[in-house]
Amino acid sequence: MSLDVTRIRKDFPLLAREVHGRRIVYLDSAASSLPPHDVVTAMGEYYETTHANVHRGVYATAEEATRLYERSRGVVGRFLGAPSPATEVVFSKNTTESINLLAHAWGRTNLAQGDVVVLSIMEHHANIVPWQMLAAERGIELRFLGLDADYRLDLTDLDEKLDGAKLLSITAMSNVLGTITPLAELATRAHAAGALIHVDGAQAVPHLPLDVAALDLDFLSFSGHKTLGPTGIGVLWGRAALLEAMPPFLGGGGMILDVSTERFLPAAVPDRFEAGTPPIAEAIGLARAIEYLEALGKDQVRAHEQALTATAMAMLEERFGSSLAIYGPPAGADRGGVLSLALEGIHAHDTAQILDSVGVCVRPGHHCAKPLMRHLGVSATARASFGIYNDVDDVEVLVEGLAEAAKLFG
Amino acid sequence: MADLEELYREIILDHYRSPRNRGELPSPPAHRTEGFNPLCGDEVVVTIEIENGALRDIKIGGQGCSISQSSASLMSAAVKGQPLDEVRKKIATFKTLMSVHEAQLEETDAEPEAVDLRALGELAALQGVVKFPVRIKCATLAWNTLAQGLDELEV
Repeated sequence: MSLDVTRIRKDFPLLAREVHGRRIVYLDSAASSLPPHDVVTAMGEYYETTHANVHRGVYATAEEATRLYERSRGVVGRFLGAPSPATEVVFSKNTTESINLLAHAWGRTNLAQGDVVVLSIMEHHANIVPWQMLAAERGIELRFLGLDADYRLDLTDLDEKLDGAKLLSITAMSNVLGTITPLAELATRAHAAGALIHVDGAQAVPHLPLDVAALDLDFLSFSGHKTLGPTGIGVLWGRAALLEAMPPFLGGGGMILDVSTERFLPAAVPDRFEAGTPPIAEAIGLARAIEYLEALGKDQVRAHEQALTATAMAMLEERFGSSLAIYGPPAGADRGGVLSLALEGIHAHDTAQILDSVGVCVRPGHHCAKPLMRHLGVSATARASFGIYNDVDDVEVLVEGLAEAAKLFG
Repeated sequence: MADLEELYREIILDHYRSPRNRGELPSPPAHRTEGFNPLCGDEVVVTIEIENGALRDIKIGGQGCSISQSSASLMSAAVKGQPLDEVRKKIATFKTLMSVHEAQLEETDAEPEAVDLRALGELAALQGVVKFPVRIKCATLAWNTLAQGLDELEV
């Protein structure tokens, strides 16, 4: 059942590196995951043997590039459980661009003065600011779902907040708290209120089994570089009928059916939303990353990370007790492998600096979730996040580093 | 680990644990300026009172890491009661200390300006920061905020 982490680590050359004379302990997958060797090779091979622009040339390599690019769309779609990948998967730059695409193309068509979009207090800025920009321009109203005492989504006033809403746009897993939201229930209740549901899957898609059809979602965004893939590629999945009813986002080559000096006619979906030369090598890399994850098994990945999170929380609790705050729900099925840590009397920046000296990579700061940090009443946390290549050895070094920090500042 | 010890010198930890001139002066009459480091969320509030061409009083509020807080505390001790031209000079010297190293890290050919570390007194303890480029912004936050406050007062 469980993952063979020793074997997996061999697939990630960066993990063989040493920093400050120590083995690198990479605990920052929530910011960006490491790519396995296969992904880098697939992208290199493409550049060295195939590279050509897609959807244009008639020569052999151009056709091959198009075929590989469109094949990647299929791999992504199947991974998400999309009924028809060819017309539902849009490649973007990252999650942020996917949500901006949605806010721009769907939002400007469907939202007017007074319309309501529901978010949660634990959203990443990527799922707040595009809607705030739309609110400033259109006068739409934003409502925020809160948290309960265990940092889970507070559902007690969900129907009230959804009343009259056109869209619920919500994370599947908080990048600060690790809170996993009940997507099936949220989708049901959003639809019952007449709203659509968009899911920010940046944290969940790489780590949890997730099926857009089974969950009855309308839109979902995620990033390649958090899914063992390269930077520079993201995905917006949407129901075909919804995407077809949306106007273009960016204008340019590749997104048109026809252009004259007077007007342009937009192309069909998904080309309509992919202006300019798309991230071809990155799409191929992302497909390879997804195949790597699928070979391990989505359920095995989740089981490994859930168990590691529970073990890590127990080890930290035992070693540091109440002098270490871990923000987020208790370990369990609705908690992902993200640990936001705050050592008493030590700022997260200092904690992270000292962890770096023993080779541990964590992210200090507000994690692009300032409304949540304000709600928690903390300015910064040091966040350790897990991936398939982490195991209990890594947690031991984390504990050692935190003890160093406590000693230096104690 | 040697770099880390140089970064977290005892004097820095002392100013972090027991910050000098902590708090806020009533404003008005004091002038209040807020500074932010959007990268990490650190905030500093500098309140100052000017009298007869000198910085009569200064208090530092806000929150942040040991580097930003100790730098603010060291700064307040260094400039309190000083004539304004001396305050400006100290700001310039400190920023040069930080920027010289920034320039070196960027591998520019520019000849670094010599900094008289003795003139900096206790502030020289912060020179270990320059080996950690990301932290330079922590160290300069309070100084930039004080400079902004003086600019706003046009003194």
